[in-house]
Amino acid sequence: MPFLEAVRLALQTIRVQKLKSFFTLAGVCIGVMFLITVVSIIEGMGRYMKEDLVGKIIAVNSFELRRRPNINMGEMDPSVWEEYRRRRRLYVSDLLPVVEALPEGTKWAQESEGGVQATSQYARPRSTTAIGIDGDWFGIKQLGMTDGRAFTEQEMAQGENVLILGPDMVDRAFPGLDPIGRELRIGGIPYRVIGVTESRGSVFGISFDNFVIAPWRSPIRRLLNPEPQMIDAVIVQAENQTVLIEAQERVRAVMRTRHKLRPGTGDDFSMETSASALEFWDKIEGYLVIAGVALPAIGLVVGAIVIMNIMLVAVAERTREIGIRKALGAKRRDILAQFIVESATLSTLGAILGIALGIALAQAIAALTPLPASVAPWSIVVGVLVGGGVGIISGVYPASRASLLDPITALRQE
Amino acid sequence: MSQHLEEEVPLSTTAERKIIVDQAGAAPSKEWVIVTRGVKREYDMGGEIVRALRGVDIAVRRNEYVAIMGPSGSGKSTLMNIIGCLDTPNEGEYWLNGQLVSTMKDDELARVRNKEIGFVFQTFNLLPRATALANVELPLVYAGISSNERRERAMEALEAVQLGERVHHRPNELSGGQRQRVAIARALVNRPSILLADEPTGNLDSKTSEEIMRVFEGLAETGQTVIMVTHEPDIAAHARRVVVLRDGTIESDERREVFTEKLGLTL
Repeated sequence: MPFLEAVRLALQTIRVQKLKSFFTLAGVCIGVMFLITVVSIIEGMGRYMKEDLVGKIIAVNSFELRRRPNINMGEMDPSVWEEYRRRRRLYVSDLLPVVEALPEGTKWAQESEGGVQATSQYARPRSTTAIGIDGDWFGIKQLGMTDGRAFTEQEMAQGENVLILGPDMVDRAFPGLDPIGRELRIGGIPYRVIGVTESRGSVFGISFDNFVIAPWRSPIRRLLNPEPQMIDAVIVQAENQTVLIEAQERVRAVMRTRHKLRPGTGDDFSMETSASALEFWDKIEGYLVIAGVALPAIGLVVGAIVIMNIMLVAVAERTREIGIRKALGAKRRDILAQFIVESATLSTLGAILGIALGIALAQAIAALTPLPASVAPWSIVVGVLVGGGVGIISGVYPASRASLLDPITALRQE
Repeated sequence: MSQHLEEEVPLSTTAERKIIVDQAGAAPSKEWVIVTRGVKREYDMGGEIVRALRGVDIAVRRNEYVAIMGPSGSGKSTLMNIIGCLDTPNEGEYWLNGQLVSTMKDDELARVRNKEIGFVFQTFNLLPRATALANVELPLVYAGISSNERRERAMEALEAVQLGERVHHRPNELSGGQRQRVAIARALVNRPSILLADEPTGNLDSKTSEEIMRVFEGLAETGQTVIMVTHEPDIAAHARRVVVLRDGTIESDERREVFTEKLGLTL
C-alpha cells in the first residue's frame, strides 16, 4: 500500500474517532508544548543576555579595563574573589599612558560609578546611581539626548557642576516639571541639570534608567571612589574586531609595565568584552537546554506509552478489520505500515498541536511576565521529528502484533 | 432453463477429474482452476490432534459452479480456508490456476488471495466505517492500482450488482441483501479466478437468499468459476455440481440432478 494511501487511511480513522484520538495525542501534545515553551524561554533569555543585558553594559567592539570584571554571574570561587579584592585600583594617572598607547581608529572614555542620594526642592531625596565620566562616553555607549544637551569639552575639562539625568530621574526628582536648568543636590553640592538621556530600557523588569551623569572632574568623583584620583574603568571601542585585539594587547602591555608585573604572572586587571562577559551564559545555557529538554521528554515518554496502549487496544478492537484486509490480499507489511503510519500520524498531529500551543504559551509568558521568549526554529523541527519518532516507536509493537494475526482467527473475531 | 445452461457450460466428468488428480506432482493444465491431491489438515487443539481433512482430492474446471456441502465438523470450513489460501495443508498438493499454492509463504498467499480469489462471507465482512465504494476499492488498493482506476472499477462492479445508486452508503445504511451484493462486488472487482462464497445466504431471509442466488447464477452464466460452501442442501442445489464432505473426506461429488434426486429435492 502506498505511503500516502496509508496516511489518508490514518487521517480517516482519526477523524472518525475524534475524542479518542485527542486523548491519545494529548500526552505528546503536552510534551511538545512544554519543550517548545521551555526552549523558547531559554532562547529568549539568551537573546536578552546577549543583546540587552550585556549589550547595554558593554558596547559592541569594545572592552573595559577594570580592576575586576564588572559582570560576575554564575558560581564564583571565594579565592578568586579574594584575589580580586587585593588587586590595585585604577588611577586617573593610568589613563594618559593607556590612551597614548591606543592604535588608530579607537575611541576611549573613562567612568566611575557609585550610589548617591540626589535631592531636589520638588521631591524627597532619591537614591540613584551617579556616573562620573570623561572622554567619548556618550559616543561609545550610543546614548543620545531627548532633552537639553550633552557636556561641552570645557565642562568636562573644568569639572563643572553640570548633570545629565536618566529618564527615570526626571520624574523622581522633578515630577511634572521640565528639569533643564533646575538644581539637583548631590552630597550637599548643587548641580545644574543640562540634559536628559534617552532610555536604556530594562532587563527582567529592572529599569536601567535610574542614573545621573556628571563630568568625572566635578566634585562628584569624591563620592564614587575612596580616593579622588581613583577611577573605575577605561572603556575602549575599536572600529572593528582586529583593531580591538590590537588595542587590548597594547593596553595590556602598558598596564603590566605600570604594575611592574613579571613575565609569567597573571594580569592584575581585567579587560572585559561582551564575549567574555557572556561566557558564563553559554555555560548556563547548556545546562538549561538539557534540563529544558529532559523534563518535557518525560512527558513524551508518557505520551508514547499512552499511544502504544491505545494502539494495542485499536489492534484488538479491529482484529476483524485486519482479518478482512488480509483476506483481500493485504500483506504483513501492509498491515504493519497501516498501524505504524496511524500511530505516527496521531503523534505528529499531537506534536503540531503542541508546537502551536507551545508558541502561544511562550508568547503569553513573554507578554505577561518579565521572562522573555523567542521561539527557536530548531525546536519546531525537533518537535515534529520527536512527535513522528514517538509515534513510530510506540506503533511498532502494536503494528507487528496486528501484522502477525492469523487471518482465519482474525475473521472469526466478533 | 437449467437444462439449457448445462448444455452450454462444460461440466467436468468424474473420469476427467480422476485423470487430473492422479497425476501427482504435475502442474495441471490451465483449464483446471483448482486441483487438490491428497490434502490433509490437522490441528493441535490443546494436545488433542483434530484431523479436519484426511486426504481430499478435488478438481474444478474453469467456469464450473460447485457447491461444497457437509454438516458442521465435516471439514468444509477447513477446505474452504485452504482453497481460499487463508491456510495451507499439512500434506498434499493444492494447485490454484496453475500455481502450487500449498507450499507458499504468507506474503505469496496474500498476493494469490488478492489476484485469484474473491471472498464472499456469511457475515459480509464489510469494513463498517467505510462506504460501499471504499469497501469495493479495498482489493484494488492492495493490488497497487491508482486511485482513479480503482474508483472507476469499483463503480463498475457496484453497478453490475445494481448498487450504482448507493455507493456512498455505509454498510449500516444498507439492507442485508445489499450488503451481500457489496461484498460480491468487492469479491469480483479484481477479476479473480474463483469466487469463493462461505455460507453466502446464512444471514439472509429466504427471499433475499433467492435474490443472491440469482446473482450467483448470473455470474456462473457469464463464465465466472464459483465455489460455494454451505450446509443447506437447497442452497447447494443451485450449483451445477455438489461435493459432499463427511469426516474430512469426500463422500460424494455429483451433478446437481443426481444430488437433488437423492435428497428428493425439487427445483
